[in-house]
Amino acid sequence: MQIIQPHYHAIARTAQDYERMAMSGVVAVAEPAFWAGFDRLYPETFIDYFRQISEFEPTRAADYGIKHYCWVAVNPKEAENPELSHEVLKHMPEFFDKPTVLGVGEIGFHKTTKNEEEIFEAQVELAIKYDQLILIHTPHLQDKVRGTKRTLEVLSHMNVNPERVWIDHVEEHTIRGPLEAGYWVGFTLYPVTKCSPKRAVDMLEIYGHERILVNSSADWGPSDPFTLQQCVVQFRARGYSTQDAIEIFHNNPARFLGQNPKFDIKPIRLETIDEPSHNLVGN
Amino acid sequence: MQTALQVLDREYLEARCSLLELAAALDRVDRAADHEGSAGEFNDSRLELLKQAMALLSEESHLPNRSERMLLLFSDLD
Repeated sequence: MQIIQPHYHAIARTAQDYERMAMSGVVAVAEPAFWAGFDRLYPETFIDYFRQISEFEPTRAADYGIKHYCWVAVNPKEAENPELSHEVLKHMPEFFDKPTVLGVGEIGFHKTTKNEEEIFEAQVELAIKYDQLILIHTPHLQDKVRGTKRTLEVLSHMNVNPERVWIDHVEEHTIRGPLEAGYWVGFTLYPVTKCSPKRAVDMLEIYGHERILVNSSADWGPSDPFTLQQCVVQFRARGYSTQDAIEIFHNNPARFLGQNPKFDIKPIRLETIDEPSHNLVGN
Repeated sequence: MQTALQVLDREYLEARCSLLELAAALDRVDRAADHEGSAGEFNDSRLELLKQAMALLSEESHLPNRSERMLLLFSDLD
């Protein structure tokens, strides 16, 4: 089955991931810009990072027949440094012209501070100005409800088209607001701290399949890109068809990301082929 | 040996995750029963066992034998 992994931090992973993802049907990954595990000091470090994910990573993925796309942004954690963030933002438009850059992300809140909000708004405005897709991170654990609520409040007074915005890392307690407001939502499968494959399938059963993306993020922390494939297996084990699975794990990312014409993987449909039967016996 | 705080630091998120998975599993059963039209009526002795196990978890106790007691609860002892 063909799968698109819409949120994957390739720079934190080895080529073995790409090989195994290719073996399990992954045809494309999209890599948002994120926190490197430490706070960077210089705008130039971000710019080199953006070069890495927009120029180098596509070549590494291509070795395994996987298409690699990316997003550029100052992540919520480092947005706490507005001076640095504004310097980085000045350079982001240069990357919007790159052939595999899909938009601005992941942006949003970490601890829902004033500084984070200033940079979040500035990045949404930048995305609107340059007609870019938007990918929004929502906070972890005990900060998620407050951060998601504030995200929706900030977006409500900005001129965004909800269909071009993906609010990620939603769980059972935060999914309704973004969906009801017309945004795309993402379930991020993590071994412990976010959503599990089973709970993701539960939410698919409750909320349906429209405007929902499933991803496993996979970064430098405890994470596993193959939780996405576990989710496919869990979904199929509950009796849903392969085409149903394709709709969620391939076609939905193709639909959302395909709003940027650079993402040229189209939704697909399984077909059986009626061929004349061959009597092989006695030939 | 680690301090109690160190142990809790290490175990908290995994325990939280286990509880969430349990809650989701029970929701799944209820949703299926609702779909079958037997919401509020479906019962099974294993559900009762799970409820007893959950009650055991919320008991005040300084004895570190919750897992043993839970396994005994899930055992055929006759």
